[in-house]
Amino acid sequence: MPEFEEQYVYKKVASVVFGFLSPKMIKKMAAAKIVTPELYDKEGYPVDGGLMDVRLGVIDPGLRCKTCGSKLKECTGHFGYISLARPVLHISLISVILTLLRYTCRECSRITLPTARIEQYGERLKRLGNDKGPEVMRKKLKDLIIASRIAGKCPHCKAKQKKITLEKPTTFFEDEKRISPIEIRSRLEKIQDSDSELFGLNPSAVRPEWMVLTVLPIPPVTMRPSITLETGERSEDDLTHKLGDIVRINQRLFENINAGAPEIIVEDLWDLLQYHITTFFDNDVAQLPPARHRSGQPLKTLTERIKSKEGRIRHNLAGKRTNFSARTVISPDPLLELNEVGVPEIMAMKLTVPERITEWNIGYLKDFVKRGPKAYPGANYVVRPDGKKKKLTEETIEASVEELQPGYIVERHLMDGDIAIFNRQPSLHRMSMMCHKVRVLPCKTLRLNPAVCFPYNADFDGDEMNLHIPQTEEARAEAELLMLVDTQMISPRYGLSVIGCIQDAISGNYLLTRSSFSMSREKAIDLLASIGVTDVSKLSKKDVVSGKEVFSILLPNDFSFSGRSKSREEPEVIIRDGRLVSGVMDKNNLGEGSGLLLRNLHKKYGREFALGVLGRMFKLGVAFLMKRGFTTALSDTDLPHGAKLQIQNVFDNAEKDVAGLIVQYNSGQLDVLPGRTLRETLEQKILEVLNKARDETGKIVAMNVESYSHTIVMAISGARGTPLNLAQMAGCVGQQALRNRRIEVGYSGRTLSCFREGDLSPTARGFIKSSFKSGLRPAEFFFQSIVGRDALMDTALRTPKSGYLYRRLANALQDLKVDYDATVRDSGNRIVQFRYGEDGIDVSKSEGGLLNVKRVVGEAVEKE
Amino acid sequence: MSADALKELKSALPDGIYRAVVDLMPEKVSDSKAKEIARKMLEEYERMKVEAGESVGLVAAESIGEPGTQMTLDTFHFAGVSEMNVTMGLPRIIEILDGRKTLATPMMEIRLKKPYSDGQDIKKVALAIRETKLKDIASQFSINVAESKVEAKLDVDKMRELGITDAVLEKALKVAAKGLIVDIKGEELVLRLKSKDSGVSDVFKLKERLKEAFVKGVKGVSQILVVKKNNEYVVLTFGSNLKKVFQFQFVDETRTTTNDIFEVEDVLGIEAARQVVIDEVYKVIETQGLNVDIRHLMLVADVMCADGKVKGITRYGVVRDKASILARASFETPIKHIINASLYGEADNLTSVVENVMLNQPVPVGTGITKLATKPVGKSE
Repeated sequence: MPEFEEQYVYKKVASVVFGFLSPKMIKKMAAAKIVTPELYDKEGYPVDGGLMDVRLGVIDPGLRCKTCGSKLKECTGHFGYISLARPVLHISLISVILTLLRYTCRECSRITLPTARIEQYGERLKRLGNDKGPEVMRKKLKDLIIASRIAGKCPHCKAKQKKITLEKPTTFFEDEKRISPIEIRSRLEKIQDSDSELFGLNPSAVRPEWMVLTVLPIPPVTMRPSITLETGERSEDDLTHKLGDIVRINQRLFENINAGAPEIIVEDLWDLLQYHITTFFDNDVAQLPPARHRSGQPLKTLTERIKSKEGRIRHNLAGKRTNFSARTVISPDPLLELNEVGVPEIMAMKLTVPERITEWNIGYLKDFVKRGPKAYPGANYVVRPDGKKKKLTEETIEASVEELQPGYIVERHLMDGDIAIFNRQPSLHRMSMMCHKVRVLPCKTLRLNPAVCFPYNADFDGDEMNLHIPQTEEARAEAELLMLVDTQMISPRYGLSVIGCIQDAISGNYLLTRSSFSMSREKAIDLLASIGVTDVSKLSKKDVVSGKEVFSILLPNDFSFSGRSKSREEPEVIIRDGRLVSGVMDKNNLGEGSGLLLRNLHKKYGREFALGVLGRMFKLGVAFLMKRGFTTALSDTDLPHGAKLQIQNVFDNAEKDVAGLIVQYNSGQLDVLPGRTLRETLEQKILEVLNKARDETGKIVAMNVESYSHTIVMAISGARGTPLNLAQMAGCVGQQALRNRRIEVGYSGRTLSCFREGDLSPTARGFIKSSFKSGLRPAEFFFQSIVGRDALMDTALRTPKSGYLYRRLANALQDLKVDYDATVRDSGNRIVQFRYGEDGIDVSKSEGGLLNVKRVVGEAVEKE
Repeated sequence: MSADALKELKSALPDGIYRAVVDLMPEKVSDSKAKEIARKMLEEYERMKVEAGESVGLVAAESIGEPGTQMTLDTFHFAGVSEMNVTMGLPRIIEILDGRKTLATPMMEIRLKKPYSDGQDIKKVALAIRETKLKDIASQFSINVAESKVEAKLDVDKMRELGITDAVLEKALKVAAKGLIVDIKGEELVLRLKSKDSGVSDVFKLKERLKEAFVKGVKGVSQILVVKKNNEYVVLTFGSNLKKVFQFQFVDETRTTTNDIFEVEDVLGIEAARQVVIDEVYKVIETQGLNVDIRHLMLVADVMCADGKVKGITRYGVVRDKASILARASFETPIKHIINASLYGEADNLTSVVENVMLNQPVPVGTGITKLATKPVGKSE
């Protein structure tokens, strides 16, 4: 047996320290001094002392880094530096430099506060800095100095002080005279450590004069790689461009100074250098024109690389891309278990799971390797104990099989029962990422049980979802124990089940459990067998059994429950000893986020069982519908002629009433309601009349359509739609309301140009008499569109707003956790709550946020 | 009921649950049964407790953020009065969590002491609370440039109704504009500037300012509405000024509320402000027909009030005071945070979530808080 040791990594980053690079440090860490703006020579080889110097790292395959000797990908690159001909200010530190200059003496560079005062306030300032941050501290110091400034004289050397102003972005003036960075630097140099501390600077981290640059570090080539275009032309990174400008101007400045050029020319070049270095750091400075490409598009320099959503921090550091993941369209499969996910075979052959060979499984894993990458279930890679990864191809299979030994790792294809994490964006809550068990299936979509659509907020109109395969034992264990669908059944938001029956499963169970329904024993057994239930001993021996009995088979024998259903006929749901005695099963009991039936099952029998029962209920509902037949048809909205006349009658009356109101309004006879204007009173009364009319048509529709048409069944069981929807289809659509009023917008005094000005009648203000079935008239269609557009806008405006709110909340609260002492603490170890939620109860373990004392006491009393 | 069983429960259970147990305990119960109940109760409670490491903050953020996508942007009419819109839905939640100082629609619900709550002198009460400006009792404002004076016609009936005497008016106007000579003769109101040399624009400005001059009532309360809630008269106001309202002897300070969090903080203290945050957010979520457990709102409110001052969930509030530099930088304005950290040579000790994500390290919440590692001893055969 070969010797191999498990490699444990004990190293961990404990802290990250931020600081400044001193000029000395910049030179010390530099691998090369850059002197020429040229990049490549005629052969296309990087120029020595140029910006692409091979001492700064390599980006071409084949070349070796001159500093560390490693090849591309191994060498992370090395910094270089240029020494600037004249010092230049750092743009991000301008405000700090201004503060330093203003509040120190121009001669002796001491803080312009008397020594006694410094002693008096020093400690307090430092404490303030620790508590509230350096910015607050600086401001406080400023206030102190302004308050105690003695007639523009330094209290230490008595030198007269001048007024320092900053002309943005980078020019400083003292009274009217410009002060050069050289002068600034020499003043900053003289600032004592003890003084700089009061300005919120840590003397061990930064010296004030470092804020004026004399040398500039050149970032390694590896962080600004050039791209070779198809034409063979090289396209350089934005940073390289900017650095080229800097080096070029710097050289020119050197030459001019050495040649003794006139001061104006030197100054101009110096300003230009300042501009280039400023834009190198930040190309979005308010008063500066941004540096641009030749195409006119602004360069992306250092600051732009870091900030905003697409910047390094949020894009690459706080969010990462992963291997071993897949994404495709989803489709439903009610035959899958709730915690399963159907993975297409093509995907399963690309996604792999590493398995380590031991003495005991070597035969089993060898078979995978033998089948190779092209046969399922095979393997794609073999990893040797020294970490070398070998891809399996037709040619290498044999050699690899021979080579296999304990200690090797085989990356085998995904198989049934493997652990996977399934996700749908937007991942708004933790149920958006749940762990499923893989079920490899034919065809090309990812499949899930429709009952778990709700937590993902998924439908099948083209939604895509992501699949991730955890690669280590720890990850798999955590995923299975903490993220499995079973464990996520109860929402931490409100403590009820987020997984429940939907649509057909609800209609099916509703039709099955209605009191009037019964079926032959034979058929019932057939139905149950089709969903995999074989133990039918609970079924009575009668030839005809009721639907309730069939449903009760799924319930455990010692389960009792009482609740309510939506149905008006059988509102009370009673389950006694595992038998559904009365009540129908509808959305209130089976649906997600409602009712305690599922919650109680979960509580009493555990999550696996609850999920199993739910899965069977779902299948029962769907299977029953398949046997019975269920569809929705246009004829569901058919009304007898008499009903149509009735509806017409209602409208006629309503219109007459409204017309009467308008006449009253015009003649001033309308009684004004308290707190309203006359007009508001009219609107209010018209709305009342019209709503009454709509309700009446609704009633007429409800009375006249077939009472157990499928559309009605869906509406009253809560599977889909409402009775109002049916009324809108068969009877009338009703008043279109914009911001809780009738439609008023449009032209002056009228809503659409086909109405008279001042027309207040229902038709002119958005009342739709037609039904969806009969079709809308043109004006009605416009009214509907107005409201539709408004709703659309509402959604479009809401999404980004709520998204930002969510991001802020998540960012502010993410590090809060419950500690071992049951307190809630943040990352600074500050206590936020002494007991979570004042009672320490986890919502996802509670019953709708409560501890049901009555039930517990009841159970304890009952128990003998 | 056995005393020691209860005693044990009292120390172990939160007050609310303990009281429920006592209430629901059957009257005649044997000692052993009581013990059984106590045991079951404790068992149940233990099972429901949060586990150490649970990332309650993120769960709370999700629980509020996720339903946010389902909320409407609408404002609603308040009790049907069109001038009294109430910000509701998502904008209101954003307003609260932002910690905004000026609300779009500040409101108070003023409860009254007996006998006023039964309707006695309700009109007087209402009038005392409502702010009256000069423009409410006077009309036909005109300026006389030559004599630099403003003239207006007073509505004497209305003044009488509101209980404003000439003296009160004169005093109020003198407060509103300094150096004013007030002359009231029946319906005529003449206001003169003391200084002679005032131009047209000065007089015009004066006129505009005087229109808005505060005469009587509670400043800021522009609208009031008296409604009957559970057989009790309640005054609802548009505009909020808790401090002033508390000075009326007919106001029941213990039950009067406002939706202005900062005002509550100012008048009643931070704990009351925390409660207002919870109540206000809960109210919105409830009216939207959504279901969010109150514990999540408590946590958010506690975070906002943890420092003894109400802070918003913004980069200037809660996020600014975070311990970690990288966590702050990953939120907004990264450059500013990094520069400031560098100036002080600050260290980030990687105690929260994002920093560790950035460095590909386990996150110190959930299973990441354990400090256990297995160390294999010896070699396997």
